[in-house]
Amino acid sequence: MCLGIPGQIIAITDAARQMAMAEVSGVRREVSVACIARDPLSSLIGEWTLVHVGFAMAVIDAEEAARTMEALRDLGEVQEALDAMAETAAALEQVQ
Amino acid sequence: MKYVSEFRDPDAVKSVLAAIARVADALGATAERPVHIMEICGGHTHAIFRFGLDKLVPPGIEFIHGPGCPVCVLPRARVDEAIQLAERPEVIFTTFGDAMRVPGTGKTLMQARAAGADVRMVYSPLDALELARRNPGREVIFFGLGFETTTPSTAITVQTAAAEGLTNFSLFCNHITVPEPIKALLDDPHMVLDGFVGPGHVSMVIGTHPYDFIARDYAKPIVVAGFEPLDLLQSVLMVLTQILEGRAEVENQYARVVPEHGNPVSLAAIADVFERRPSFEWRGLGEIDLSGLRIRQKYRAFDAEEKFGIGYGAGPREVAEPDGCACGQVMTGRIKPLQCPQFGRGCTPDSPLGALMVSSEGACAAYWQYGGARLPVALS
Ligand code: SF4
Repeated sequence: MCLGIPGQIIAITDAARQMAMAEVSGVRREVSVACIARDPLSSLIGEWTLVHVGFAMAVIDAEEAARTMEALRDLGEVQEALDAMAETAAALEQVQ
Repeated sequence: MKYVSEFRDPDAVKSVLAAIARVADALGATAERPVHIMEICGGHTHAIFRFGLDKLVPPGIEFIHGPGCPVCVLPRARVDEAIQLAERPEVIFTTFGDAMRVPGTGKTLMQARAAGADVRMVYSPLDALELARRNPGREVIFFGLGFETTTPSTAITVQTAAAEGLTNFSLFCNHITVPEPIKALLDDPHMVLDGFVGPGHVSMVIGTHPYDFIARDYAKPIVVAGFEPLDLLQSVLMVLTQILEGRAEVENQYARVVPEHGNPVSLAAIADVFERRPSFEWRGLGEIDLSGLRIRQKYRAFDAEEKFGIGYGAGPREVAEPDGCACGQVMTGRIKPLQCPQFGRGCTPDSPLGALMVSSEGACAAYWQYGGARLPVALS
């Protein structure tokens, strides 16, 4: 929860709401880019970012992304984040 | 635990370790009279154990594990209140997975869910918002937890809910801040702290200036650090060097991610949505002035405490910790987890007494996971 995980922005999904698709360790997830927004938003495509609980919080370079990913993988944080993303899908689908 | 040869840049790690040993020597630090360095962030505590950094540095350097695990410091009363909210029939209670196994007075959110409460784990507060959109007939509550790293995400989520005019979404706010508990620790005459390794991702949001008081008013060095082994060791070296040179400054080892003034959009969102509570309770530390956030009046429609009449001001809140549990002392670095009489006896990851044993960032979980469990087994 406290450590961000590197994600690469691959598309802007909703410019008005500042939402983008990011790829995190091979998994796609919509994230908010409100905190790193710039003009035009599409210039974020291809950038690496640090994603915290669904929000891209900082733009980082590819080398930093790789180093961070390695450290997080060792800490088990990558799996934890991916599991949490999977949990979410289940939470959203559950109807009562 | 990793060996130096397995690190990404083993030569760099070796040379920083050699430099640390030289400065520690020059300071006359020994196992009997160590330099005490507190790592504030639970993520750092986890990294120190996972990478075995506490074993790699000379014995004259002692890591004191700080209160920087937001799940660990969540008081039992707040967990109880979360469960009370979750048990309302109209409510879908959403939370980060970390909070599911934290014990309240009687049970955990996990146990409440097993007993029928609609508790759902989400990755992001945005997912809670989506649940509210999809379930207009239900009340969706998000369990807002964490330091300044997660606060902006919750703030922006509340702003979005307001902009969309959602009426079935609210936040149970337990956001806390990093500088205030540090001040409380520094004001405690029993604490022996020579310097700090500061949290990297919190600082990405707030920048480095909120730590100025540590250097200015308390004359202690603090170095904001990243999470890789090399980052942490370099930061330790920077703290030691400051001590040796008689300096007390705020330095930024993680400048490649942490801007001096933080993230302006995040800070503006936090300021718009939240204000400080006069004080907030920390498990094991008690009430700390100005250390917690609550929702401002203008967003009160999204405040679960207001909406459901729960929380601060809504009733008596004295909830004692269980007998023999030393969470507070561990959290403030007074003792190590192995010195807690409950470690491995009354308290294990499967049946925890304290949250420090179940959060991935808790010091007791780190000791358990990386070898600490052997000792009590041998003792029993
Ligand atoms: S071992 Fe359990 S009771 Fe003791 S300090 Fe750790 S979490 Fe608390």
